Amino acid sequence: MTWFKRTEKGIVTPTEEKKEVPDGLWYQCTECKKVMQSREHSANAYTCIDCNNHARIGSMEYFEILFDDNNFTELDETMSSSDPLEFSDTQAYPDRIKGSQKKSGLKDAVRTGYGKMNGIHIVVACMDFRFIGGSMGSVVGEKISRAIDYARKKRHPLLIISKSGGARMMEAGFSLMQMAKTSAKLALLDQDRVPYVSLMTDPTTGGVTASYAMLGDFNIAEPGALIGFAGPRVVRETIGKDLPEGFQTAEFLLEHGFLDFIVDRKELKKTLTDLFTILKETKEAKQPKKEKEKSE
Amino acid sequence: MHLDFEKPIAELEAKLVDMKQLAQENNVDVEEAVKSLEAKIKNLKKEIYSNLTRWQRVQLSRHPDRPYTLDYIADIADKFIELHGDRGVKDDKAMVGGFAEIGGQGVMLIGHQKGRNTKQRQLRNFGMANPEGYRKALRMMKLAEKFNKPIVTFIDTPGAFPGLEGEERGQAEAIARNLKEMFMLKVPVICIVIGEGASGGALGIAIGDKVFMLENTWYSVISPESCSSILWRSWDYKEQAAEALKLTAYDMQKFKLIDEIIKEPLGGAHTDPQGMSKKVKKVILDTIKELNQLTPQERINQRIEKFSAMGVFVE
Repeated sequence: MTWFKRTEKGIVTPTEEKKEVPDGLWYQCTECKKVMQSREHSANAYTCIDCNNHARIGSMEYFEILFDDNNFTELDETMSSSDPLEFSDTQAYPDRIKGSQKKSGLKDAVRTGYGKMNGIHIVVACMDFRFIGGSMGSVVGEKISRAIDYARKKRHPLLIISKSGGARMMEAGFSLMQMAKTSAKLALLDQDRVPYVSLMTDPTTGGVTASYAMLGDFNIAEPGALIGFAGPRVVRETIGKDLPEGFQTAEFLLEHGFLDFIVDRKELKKTLTDLFTILKETKEAKQPKKEKEKSE
Repeated sequence: MHLDFEKPIAELEAKLVDMKQLAQENNVDVEEAVKSLEAKIKNLKKEIYSNLTRWQRVQLSRHPDRPYTLDYIADIADKFIELHGDRGVKDDKAMVGGFAEIGGQGVMLIGHQKGRNTKQRQLRNFGMANPEGYRKALRMMKLAEKFNKPIVTFIDTPGAFPGLEGEERGQAEAIARNLKEMFMLKVPVICIVIGEGASGGALGIAIGDKVFMLENTWYSVISPESCSSILWRSWDYKEQAAEALKLTAYDMQKFKLIDEIIKEPLGGAHTDPQGMSKKVKKVILDTIKELNQLTPQERINQRIEKFSAMGVFVE
């Protein structure tokens, strides 16, 4: 005999009347399950105060970590996906986009902007995994290309923070060509000798790794990040056995010679500041370039 | 070998053979019947091959008799010196290439290579290159640039190999580097999709001044099978996936993601490999002539501009 009986089955409260638990007072580490104050967690650059697990964060958080006083100017804020293929799988692509936009409050899977980091002008493009798995379609390709153009024009160092499952299937051939397009722009940036740092975060796979993420003057990553071309599931199926421990982690890539270093997120701003300070263009260094231009 | 949608043609062709044989054995005149049957076959072929679905074209692109890179090279090159190795790890047999002479013109020919029987397929790793394959290709491209010879690449891969060692040796880095370096090549670069053009594995040798697709090939970000398994969570939706991906030569040209289509004989390239090679050879020579009108810097600028214009979005 029960004390209470549900007269109507299921949840009948409409979403609008749902009572939310006040958001964000406490944070539990997804790795070690340690509970800490959200304030502590965010002050610690969203890494666990106990086990140093780097939580997956988005462009909003990275911008806040990197730009002085969170001051930056966003580029191409309103750019949004179109549906060139009229793609439909279990859901029509425009509906998927609209749904993701509503859920995430983002326009697409990357945000780009410029501002100062410890007084140094920088351009940052940061991917958002929350938006269709951080997949790269035309918008991601175009926004990154324009951010590269901007960095080139201003001669400000460029940072691209990757976090992506790869190219976006719903734009098929167009997505594929974004790999080519971003690589073309980076070739120009390279030619003009403007520094480019590629920061790979958890996870960075597929077409993103096989284009701009691996093309940095400096390829760096966050600890423990999954980085690869094929995803671990595909590799496992291909070789038909279990993958070695630590396969495709940032540490694995560092060991195999594909990263310059791994950076703790708490040290990111300082490390980049040091790097860009060392690389800063001096008058003497600028001179030969000008002469070269004249002679061409 | 006949594909499932070619069965009606195969049946009629078998009937024709029977008829001819019967006539010969019994010494009967069947000329009229033969003629009418032949006409019927011709019409049926025309009907079937001019209304191919996207999935049917994918099937044709994978036809086991389809000419592969080395077949084209054997047909079109008067001289060919194959080069091997990436100078780092090994010689990737899924990626072939070397200097060649075509109609008096020195060129560098590079391409994915598939195998025709089980043993060859294993040797060629089903046309799926490892990082050393892409590095071998880049090494050969740099050689071509050094000696001022145009580059022609043949694309035919179900994808870059997704294995353990490829990951260890930087599959993504190898492809990414090729994309970037190919934009800056001073010599003309011509790319031709001759079979399958799957994703980064294809793009890794497909940055060109002119990108062609043979009529019955496909080129996209993912194969229809893999797309089906990810989006529909089942392998059974490959036909729908092929339709959704719009991956045929006609689709890609319409979207301006490739430059031109090279027509195939009715029934596919394998029905007349020599004829197909002849066409490909002409396209290569004409295109080199055309691209030679430009300075290296003009070619590089146009190459970058072309790919930079790809993408559809709203602002």
